[in-house]
Amino acid sequence: MTTADPPRLGSAPADLYEAPAPSGPYPPTEEMLAEPVKPKLRGAQEDRLRKVWEGPKGWRILSDVNNQTVGVWYSATCFAFMLGAGVLALLMRVQLAVPDNDFLSAGTYNQFYTMHGSAMMFLFAVPMFEAVSILLLPAFLSARDLPFPRLSAFGYWSFLVGGVFVLGSILFGVGPQSGWFMYPPVSMQEEGMGPDIWLLGLSFIEVASIAAAVELIVGVLKCRPPGMRVNLMPLYAWYVLVVGGMILFAFPPLIAGDFLFELERALGWPFFNPEKGGDPLLWQHLFWIFGHPEVYIIFLPSIALTAMVVPTFARHPIVGYSWIVLSAVGTGFLSFGLWVHHMFATGLPTMSLGFFSAASEAVVIPTGIQLFAFVATLMVGRVKMGLPMLWIAGSLAIFTAGGLTGVMVAVAPFDWVVHDTYFVVAHLHYTLFGGFVFPVIAGVYYFAPVVTGKMLSERLGRWAFWLSFAGFNITFLPMHLTGLVGMPRRVFTYPGGLGWDWLNMLSTVGAFVIAAGFAVLAWDLIRPKSKEPKAPRNPWEAGTLEWSADPDESWGARSVPYVTSRYPLWDQDEFVERANAGQGYIPDAPEMRRETLITSVIDARPIQVLRVAEPTWITLVAAFFTAGAFILPVFHLYTLAGVSGALAIATVVVWLYRSARDHPEAETKDAGLGLRLPLYVSGPAAVGWWGMWITMLGDSTAFASLVFGVFFYWTARPDFPPEGAVHADLPLALASLALIAVAWALTLGARMLNTRGRPWLATLCHAIGPVLTLAGGAALVLAVRDLDPTTHVYPAIMWALVVWTTAHLGVGVLMQLFCLFGLLTADFGPRHDAPLWNVALFWHFLGLTALVTVACVALLPRLL
Amino acid sequence: MQRRAGTTTLAAPVRRVAPLALILLAACDGPQSALSPGGEDAIQLGWLFWVMLAGSVVLWLFINGLFFLVTRRHPHPMSRKLAEGTIVAGGIGLPLVVLTSLLAYGLSIMPHQREPGDGLRLRVTGEEWWWRVEYWPEGATEPVVSANEVRLPVGQRSDLELHAADVIHSFWLPGIAGKTDMIPGRVNHISMEPVEAGTFRGQCAEFCGLSHALMAFQAVTMEPADFDGWLAAEAEGISENARQAEGHAIFQEQGCGACHALRGTEARGEVGPDLTHVGGRGTLAAGVLPMTAEALADWIAHPEAFKPGVEMPGYNHMDEAELLTLATWLEGLK
Repeated sequence: MTTADPPRLGSAPADLYEAPAPSGPYPPTEEMLAEPVKPKLRGAQEDRLRKVWEGPKGWRILSDVNNQTVGVWYSATCFAFMLGAGVLALLMRVQLAVPDNDFLSAGTYNQFYTMHGSAMMFLFAVPMFEAVSILLLPAFLSARDLPFPRLSAFGYWSFLVGGVFVLGSILFGVGPQSGWFMYPPVSMQEEGMGPDIWLLGLSFIEVASIAAAVELIVGVLKCRPPGMRVNLMPLYAWYVLVVGGMILFAFPPLIAGDFLFELERALGWPFFNPEKGGDPLLWQHLFWIFGHPEVYIIFLPSIALTAMVVPTFARHPIVGYSWIVLSAVGTGFLSFGLWVHHMFATGLPTMSLGFFSAASEAVVIPTGIQLFAFVATLMVGRVKMGLPMLWIAGSLAIFTAGGLTGVMVAVAPFDWVVHDTYFVVAHLHYTLFGGFVFPVIAGVYYFAPVVTGKMLSERLGRWAFWLSFAGFNITFLPMHLTGLVGMPRRVFTYPGGLGWDWLNMLSTVGAFVIAAGFAVLAWDLIRPKSKEPKAPRNPWEAGTLEWSADPDESWGARSVPYVTSRYPLWDQDEFVERANAGQGYIPDAPEMRRETLITSVIDARPIQVLRVAEPTWITLVAAFFTAGAFILPVFHLYTLAGVSGALAIATVVVWLYRSARDHPEAETKDAGLGLRLPLYVSGPAAVGWWGMWITMLGDSTAFASLVFGVFFYWTARPDFPPEGAVHADLPLALASLALIAVAWALTLGARMLNTRGRPWLATLCHAIGPVLTLAGGAALVLAVRDLDPTTHVYPAIMWALVVWTTAHLGVGVLMQLFCLFGLLTADFGPRHDAPLWNVALFWHFLGLTALVTVACVALLPRLL
Repeated sequence: MQRRAGTTTLAAPVRRVAPLALILLAACDGPQSALSPGGEDAIQLGWLFWVMLAGSVVLWLFINGLFFLVTRRHPHPMSRKLAEGTIVAGGIGLPLVVLTSLLAYGLSIMPHQREPGDGLRLRVTGEEWWWRVEYWPEGATEPVVSANEVRLPVGQRSDLELHAADVIHSFWLPGIAGKTDMIPGRVNHISMEPVEAGTFRGQCAEFCGLSHALMAFQAVTMEPADFDGWLAAEAEGISENARQAEGHAIFQEQGCGACHALRGTEARGEVGPDLTHVGGRGTLAAGVLPMTAEALADWIAHPEAFKPGVEMPGYNHMDEAELLTLATWLEGLK
């Protein structure tokens, strides 16, 4: 590889409207990589980068959007919420220490157990994955930041406000008290605002989670360093892809469920009310289609952390890389086929119980492969134990026990015995502590130097480990027996003399020992360390990219290296020195703008230098208005909520428009190592387009869940649709579909005409489009005007589809107007057409949604 | 002598372990324990558990022992072939063998347990927070109504039709069989076959609101002849003596009949439990209180104190003597 001929990395521009192709030599030769940077230039580059990436100071730090700052806030917030939920657990254990205790009232206990589960799941486990990934993923990839820093910040602020709102409700005694699973009808009948707090607060957080998932997936796909083909990615990045994908397909069914639930609670549409044709089991299906993948959404990132830690301590590359990747993907797929094992006692047919038992057991195979791959790596390596490995060993001991009890409860008949008992409480805590908490703490001890530049205390770390490990087993090992001798879950008290007394007392004592362990850990994290020496750059002698950066600098990667190995620090010559001397890509910031390198999806060829966002307040403002839209309805302040929602939309539109019209000052720039890369790209080459694609996958999943609802009622209920039901107006529905189809064609046409240099025709398309869309939406609503959604589930679910589609048509209109405005002001044009591409992509999904809605609302009932 | 010495050495560890085993076995006992079974299904499920437990302990020791070995005992490099073999053997081979046999064994007991019972038919409805129980012996046109206690004949497979009046509950009698949910708008079944006469405790297993913890019941398994005798008595209304008693007058005066039925009187309320033979049940208020006159009096005066959120209003306006008369009378309705 000595040739310096620049291979064409993109096709030559067909006309002057397309982005220029990258030009220059690629891949870089050894001589190019070895070429030193002059000390004076190096100093100047460092000064510029430091200034560009310097975060805001003082209270203005709240406007920061950089992944390192937001990632730390995010992780710390998750940790704080976890401590809060943990305190609730301690209070519950005090109540259960002795029989017939009156330390907590029934209502308070029910609020506590509901909040403990909800907070641990939604405010700790899932966001912790996102927090850690936002913090560390760029370091794993030597990227300067993630592609949408403002989205991370928006997600964080939404999470913070939503989390404080949900968790804070407990302080006022108005928390939800029907369990983290919120089964109707009991949750539907619950008085007060508890269930609304749960539904709206958590929907809000789920939306933030999906936003983070989009960010992370695009980050892995597009922000890798040059040369890092998919088969060279650190395993963590693979797990981000798998888990991000799972979030996209798992959270939307719950959002759809929340949507139906809130419609029933607020407007009396009887989706779960059997007296009006509804069925409480639909909620259970939607909840567990979310809830079971959720378990793996929590578990897989911890495996990913373990996969980063184990090779370092084995001092050997991971054995069975492909096995692990395939297993992770396999687990992801399988996890969507197991949800019914949460419903073994609901009286489903024996045949489906057998099927779901077998499917649940099948997940042992990919899980086993991942665990044994770690063992295999340790076999071939020269193992040197360290504190992170102690936590990993503890996690294995706990997780395998939880996995084995999981194998037991997956056998349907045995589940009939232990379902909803303390046996399952023990099982799930074994899997979550072993498969999540302990690996994350291992990660905290392992990655601390990457984030803070300081090591945590070995001595305190051992104390924390042995206290929490011993406390955990004292608490939860006896609970297996507690369940088998008959104690059900979710009981605020129990009578003495049933053989449960001493077991409960033991568990309570153990809970306080765990708390002591966590107190030591928390102290180790927050104690002042300014007097301690700086940790060595790579204290564990690891081989992956995150150990090449200087944690004291906010620029992330000093220059983006060319990567040819899974463990470049072990395998590539002078890797750290070269990257830090600026002998890689984008080593400078002459225009004083924050930049990161965008590469192609499969083989990571450099394709663009992306300008990423600088600190801004707009994300914070948008998050607070969005919070208003979700939180105010809890207090029945619908007008204010509407105003808040409108302001949120306005803020987001301003935010997006400002970046859409921010065109780079040049077509291309020198990206280092002789390579010139474009600054502005659009369509499938752009990260925004990928972001839209991935978001719409999640959105369509939510819509598909509503359609699943239609078919569920159709198959499960004999009276769907009821005799003599009023159907939707067929001609109007078809007219609506025709109008929307034309609006769709116009939107697509606008993008094509604009790209071909006819922006005035595109403007015309976007002027007519919104009118047709609004007319189409109106026709759709009119088509169902005679259906009364409060009378029966049939009109209710039809209306739900229409409401969903109409809301999306509203977004579609906004997007068309957004493009119209940009075209009129010439902010968008043939060269700067990224918004038109993204809007057209949204409209593909919208067109499909409208088609399916009209088919379900107007055609299907006539065929049934 | 030789042999005795040998026996002693053998017996020493046994002697040391035996008390521990006894303690553990005792720890498995209890009226609501799935590990001291009195029903055919529970016996099968108990075996399933012990087999799985033994297998799990072996597998846990194997995996964690292997980890300990490669990290602590033998940290030096081993062959790559061995390592890759471990992934295939441990990740695929082992689970395939173990899980296939487990599924074959575990699922094989399912169809029988799910068969509709061919013996006595019962209909149990979950209410917030008590159980409405109806017996439908063969050929019956109307049920024998009871509440908060289930009696089952030994040696036949009874069929329980499960309903829910308001929210989801779950019917669970661990000593006899597994559990099945009671879901509004759906009809579920569970069948169970007690093998010995005795008293067991069951409880609602699905969270059903504020006092979910206080929704239990007593189950009495009886020899068929005893059961038939009991059911015949249960089908009767209250006795003429009871009807004439002062307690009944108070019952009527306080309007108890608006919610509770007393067969053989005008009281036909269906909101609360049928009280025709309330004194014959082992517990009061769905397993919350003992069936004594004092407990009845306390309950009638302050039900909320024993079961938060209960629908029954408190009768604390009644004077002590009247209350006790009513309670004693109710306790006497066997």
